[in-house]
Amino acid sequence: MSARAEARAWVAQRVSAAVLAVCVAVHLATMILAVHGGLSAAAILGRTRGSVAWATFYGLFVVAVAIHAPLGLRTVAAEWLGWRGRAANLVWCAVGILLLGLGARAVAAVAL
Amino acid sequence: MLAIFLPLHFLALSQALIGEGALDAFLAWTQQPLLKASEIALVFLLAAHLTGGLRLLVIEFVGWHSEAQKAMLAAAGGVAAFCALLFALNLV
Amino acid sequence: MQGPDTTLQVSVWRGRADGGFQRYAVPREGSQTVLDIVTWIQRRLDPSLAYRFACRVGMCGSCAMTVNGVARWTCRTHVETVVQDDRLEIAPLANLPIVRDLVTDMREFFDKWARARGQFKPTATRHDDFAQVRPDSPARQAVDAAIECIGCAVCYAACDVVAWNPDYLGPAALNRAWTLQRDTRDGAHAERLAAVAGDAGCHACHTHASCTERCPKHLSPTGSIAGLKRATTLAVLKGEL
Repeated sequence: MSARAEARAWVAQRVSAAVLAVCVAVHLATMILAVHGGLSAAAILGRTRGSVAWATFYGLFVVAVAIHAPLGLRTVAAEWLGWRGRAANLVWCAVGILLLGLGARAVAAVAL
Repeated sequence: MLAIFLPLHFLALSQALIGEGALDAFLAWTQQPLLKASEIALVFLLAAHLTGGLRLLVIEFVGWHSEAQKAMLAAAGGVAAFCALLFALNLV
Repeated sequence: MQGPDTTLQVSVWRGRADGGFQRYAVPREGSQTVLDIVTWIQRRLDPSLAYRFACRVGMCGSCAMTVNGVARWTCRTHVETVVQDDRLEIAPLANLPIVRDLVTDMREFFDKWARARGQFKPTATRHDDFAQVRPDSPARQAVDAAIECIGCAVCYAACDVVAWNPDYLGPAALNRAWTLQRDTRDGAHAERLAAVAGDAGCHACHTHASCTERCPKHLSPTGSIAGLKRATTLAVLKGEL
């Protein structure tokens, strides 16, 4: 990756981080409140099924994660395993796409 | 750790595609103590990652004011621990 | 506690990277610095010990070494502040190739300085009038806060990312780049921003702030690097980078 591309990746990392800060806070709060009475499929789906708001929220969450996680792991792998270069970048790209796919499927599963 | 957890989390929720029963069955499986403990640890780490990240965003985009930053770091750790505690209390 | 009877057990690194620590017994005196210790060993016990120093008074930064695991100026480090049970461990500066004993090869440190475009590029000639730089302007204050670096490499030795990422330009080089970015007379702003961006540049900094913690001149490379991050982000968003 060129320095310019790496700089852009860094900005994407920070922007997705800011988005995730909000999403994670909301998600954690929801979970803490939701798990109060015990966790059940009915409770989860009762909240999320057919809700445009939740679908949008979790959709955004998934996109932010698909950007943030692979970039972060890329840095950790480079620093701790010395894994750098084109091959590494492609793999992390693939991880991002995988997360996007699995996440979208999960959102569809609970929201539709 | 989150990286390993996330795909599993997504897969778990996708169980709902199969039906409520499948999701419930999976949820029942997660009630095991070892998994509960891992969940609490995960939430703590996530909260710490979040607060540490917020600290970074402030230093990088708002600026550097040394002593204040160290205090912020301590506060960040405290908030993370508090959140994890809340989570744990609700689970157990 | 102090007095001519007390002896310090000093472990000093000898040889190159594949060398090892050698033990010397050094009499403890009052107001002794670590540089005093090294000098005493070289003069009285082992003339073959290689080390660097110059001013002895905390101005030049030549005497930087690793004392009990921490990068410091040895002429400014009093033995009583670092000694543990009458023991001291003195090693060459970390993250740099060892030439011999306590002497490191500083070339890569300064090469990275050059790679970060840490040189001033003039825009005026002798035929132009003097540059007007207000000392109280925000830009000049940013420069002044970071300009006192004398290239001692303590920050470089203290930095975790330098240890993990061999290409990382390091705190000193980036700090100097920042001072030039805020210098209104310099003409290489765009090229320098390109030079400091990316995985080898300011974006690799994890804000651990070891550099700021250890800098003997109390500079904050962390703050300077944060400034570079802001500048590069702005450039990315404006499509200039």
